[in-house]
Amino acid sequence: MTRPWRGPAVTGPIPRRLRAVAVAAALCLAVTTGCSSGSGADTATGATGSVAFQPQHQGGDLKLLAKSAAGTLDPQVNYTLQYWQLYQALYDGLLAFKKVDGQDSFTVVPDLAEALPTVTDDGKTYTFTLRKGVKFSNGADVTVDDVAASFKRIFTVSSPTAGTFYNGIVGAAACLATPTACDLSTGVVVDKASGKIVIHLVAADPELPYKLAVPHASILPAGSPAKDAGNAPLPTTGPYSVGSYDPNTALKLVRNPHYTEWSHDAQPQGYSDTITESFGLTVEAAVTAVENNQADWVFDPPPADRLNEIGTTYAKQVHVNPLTAMFYLAMNTRLAPFDNVKVRQAINFAVDRAAAVKLYGGTNLAAPVCTFLPPNFPGHVDDCQYTAGGGTTWTAPDLAKAKQLIQESGTAGMEVGIVTQDDEVNKSIGEYLQSLLTQLGYKATLKPISANIQFTYIQNTSNKVQISLTSWYQDYPAASDFLNVLASCASFTPGSDSSINIAGFCDKTVDAQMQDALLTERTDPAAANAKWAQVDKAVMAQAPIAPLFTPKIVDLVSSRVGNYQFSKQFYMLVSQLWTK
Amino acid sequence: MDEVTVPLRSQGPWRLGLAQLRRNTGAMASLLVLVVVVLACLLAPLYASAVAHTDPFASNISGTTVVGGATVPVLAASDTGLGLGVTPIGPTWDPAHYFLGSDNQGRDVMARLLYGGRDSLLIGFAAALLCCVAATVVGVLAGYFGGVLDAVLARVLDVLWAFPVYLLAICLSVVLLTEGVTIGPVTIGAGSLWLPVLIIALVYVPYVARPLRGQVLALKEKEFVAAAVGVGASDLRIMRRDVLPNVLPTVVVFLPLMTALAMLTESALSFLSVGVQPPQASWGTIINDGLGLLYTRPAVSIAPGIAIALTAVALNIFGDGIRDALDPRARLRGTA
Repeated sequence: MTRPWRGPAVTGPIPRRLRAVAVAAALCLAVTTGCSSGSGADTATGATGSVAFQPQHQGGDLKLLAKSAAGTLDPQVNYTLQYWQLYQALYDGLLAFKKVDGQDSFTVVPDLAEALPTVTDDGKTYTFTLRKGVKFSNGADVTVDDVAASFKRIFTVSSPTAGTFYNGIVGAAACLATPTACDLSTGVVVDKASGKIVIHLVAADPELPYKLAVPHASILPAGSPAKDAGNAPLPTTGPYSVGSYDPNTALKLVRNPHYTEWSHDAQPQGYSDTITESFGLTVEAAVTAVENNQADWVFDPPPADRLNEIGTTYAKQVHVNPLTAMFYLAMNTRLAPFDNVKVRQAINFAVDRAAAVKLYGGTNLAAPVCTFLPPNFPGHVDDCQYTAGGGTTWTAPDLAKAKQLIQESGTAGMEVGIVTQDDEVNKSIGEYLQSLLTQLGYKATLKPISANIQFTYIQNTSNKVQISLTSWYQDYPAASDFLNVLASCASFTPGSDSSINIAGFCDKTVDAQMQDALLTERTDPAAANAKWAQVDKAVMAQAPIAPLFTPKIVDLVSSRVGNYQFSKQFYMLVSQLWTK
Repeated sequence: MDEVTVPLRSQGPWRLGLAQLRRNTGAMASLLVLVVVVLACLLAPLYASAVAHTDPFASNISGTTVVGGATVPVLAASDTGLGLGVTPIGPTWDPAHYFLGSDNQGRDVMARLLYGGRDSLLIGFAAALLCCVAATVVGVLAGYFGGVLDAVLARVLDVLWAFPVYLLAICLSVVLLTEGVTIGPVTIGAGSLWLPVLIIALVYVPYVARPLRGQVLALKEKEFVAAAVGVGASDLRIMRRDVLPNVLPTVVVFLPLMTALAMLTESALSFLSVGVQPPQASWGTIINDGLGLLYTRPAVSIAPGIAIALTAVALNIFGDGIRDALDPRARLRGTA
């Protein structure tokens, strides 16, 4: 199983439509988020899905394991699931994804803001009021100056999503061009007396609430260094703070003495007194440690040869959850033979998605997909243009059709290089693809490279990657986070390591459809999702990618762990586990 | 009775060595093992096509096979507990149906083991041969001419020697594997088997060339070389007729030992994914293939591991036998 790394930054700005829409409706992300009109009512309390804190379980030490550390501790710089998961108990933004189990975890709720924002000026102005009485772990009050400084810091530290998530703030363009001279004073306006924070955008962005609820928008003390803090922990606002961090040994979280629960939905009290994530054990050894109750959870996916064991002997300690993600083949539409749409369609017909599912761990850990948007995701509609016998879901490969298309393309006999990560699952799927391409008449070679560099390597057109296996995990629950990010013209930047449109797909008609869907999103999310489904169909007709499967995640916890909750946004809620 | 005079027939060192080798039961047993291994590997295509009816390089993830008369999937999904994971079929001990089981691609491990042996043995022997030839040229030239040439060649060998063998081999492999290499008119492609051959041969040259150079330095002082110089023989003739025949036994002793070393190095490189590239297989790549199956199907890794150990031990014992046969003084020193 692959380590579910977050997707990287996109260098090019994601285009937004400028046309104005109705004020209140602009914020209403009706499918998943709480909807606030001009009054900005607080939806934080009394929401469904929340479980009240149970003090009898408080205390103890939660022991987590990971193969290795995940780099910098700076929440505005780090872009890995491993630490984003832990940041949920450490840092807060103005808004947060609800920390609950299940579908409700996609709901955005007020966090350091008293309520959801008031949206005015045709969706271009968001007004928040800062919650009073919240303190950092160093004892200092959280003030509006901290908020303004934190937004500025996103640019001064060159946060990975500065150019994509926050580029719409007034003044952001100049900050992106010259981070050291960043001035957001007109984009983020604060008033100390009233505690008001006003964010001005150059264009309406209905997805802004999502973007304010991820760790890169964490509120940090105004005096935080204007550079990546690295291994030095920054003061937190959540129930825990960082006690110590050594990337070679462990990250230890201890209780934040200045934390008092202000919103159970946004930032609930944690159960364990300390949470320690230790590094260095192999995944095999880590799984054994959890089985023996020497540790409580392991971040890395269990190895393939341990799945049957943990699914039988330790079944009661295993939690399997579907992810809004996909594994897919990115075919370079600008390089032969994949510059020919027939070849790309042939690959989609030929690839045995059931085989890929098997290599991932079986049908209980993954499901074949044909569409860009994963199942149960906004905009997803069952559809499969590349399955034997037709239908809306994938049933079997159609090799005869694939061979016919390749014959028509006249590309048989060409050399094709496949680039995958060198971990067990990705490499084995790569070997299968090599075998398949050989069967289709190509001279296929496999290039498994380190997971640390593969994702950026396959993005850079200078590396002339023809076909690659990769995966994409949502940043937030919106169709645009897949289609607009992975298949729009703006997401393709030749010669850059951050050209997330790996296939290099650019179709002006499809781009216009995406813009239309984005525009509709502001007023009518349901209609927008229907449009995204059409975009999905249009993109897949040209087959720049071959979606393989949507994965599930396996969490193995020790027998002493209770209160397992799975947020669809940030996965297992670490702070909510108890060991007493 | 008249005394019959039997003319004395001179037995050359090679003939004497061969006779000595034949009397060494350990060496002969090792040779037998090597012959069996080589023959089995040479017959790999026959086994795959006529016995196992399988393509050892093609994935067969959704395939089935027959065990005990019943058709079963080659990769079986777990149907107990939470139904997590997929397990390849284990050894059936039926040569026609996955004798040693399957790897995670649904490929016949036995067929791959035999095919992998071909590549491992080929690379091992070719690298050892290339290494010995190159080392002989370097050692003889450096030792015979001395002076600047010796100084330059000796320093080059020193530089190569300064790097740990495996580190150097891994570095070269990582660099060359992506693009291949072009030496003059010869181009070796990225996935070619000749790439590991070249790399392994290169990294071991100092280990053979340095002792040969020392031997040549000593030979240069011998009377027969001085006599050849005295009668006006050319350098080329002296090296060919007087020096080379005297260092050749040493080279022959090195050959099987270097083959074993080269084979082990190839396995290590392939295990680290920087040696033989898929879909080709070697014993090292098969061990790597089995890493993720150690808990459920250890045979995938153990089988090539045994093959490597068996072949390396046999080559070493046979190499020792050759050394004893061609250099009796070494044997005497060993028993003293």
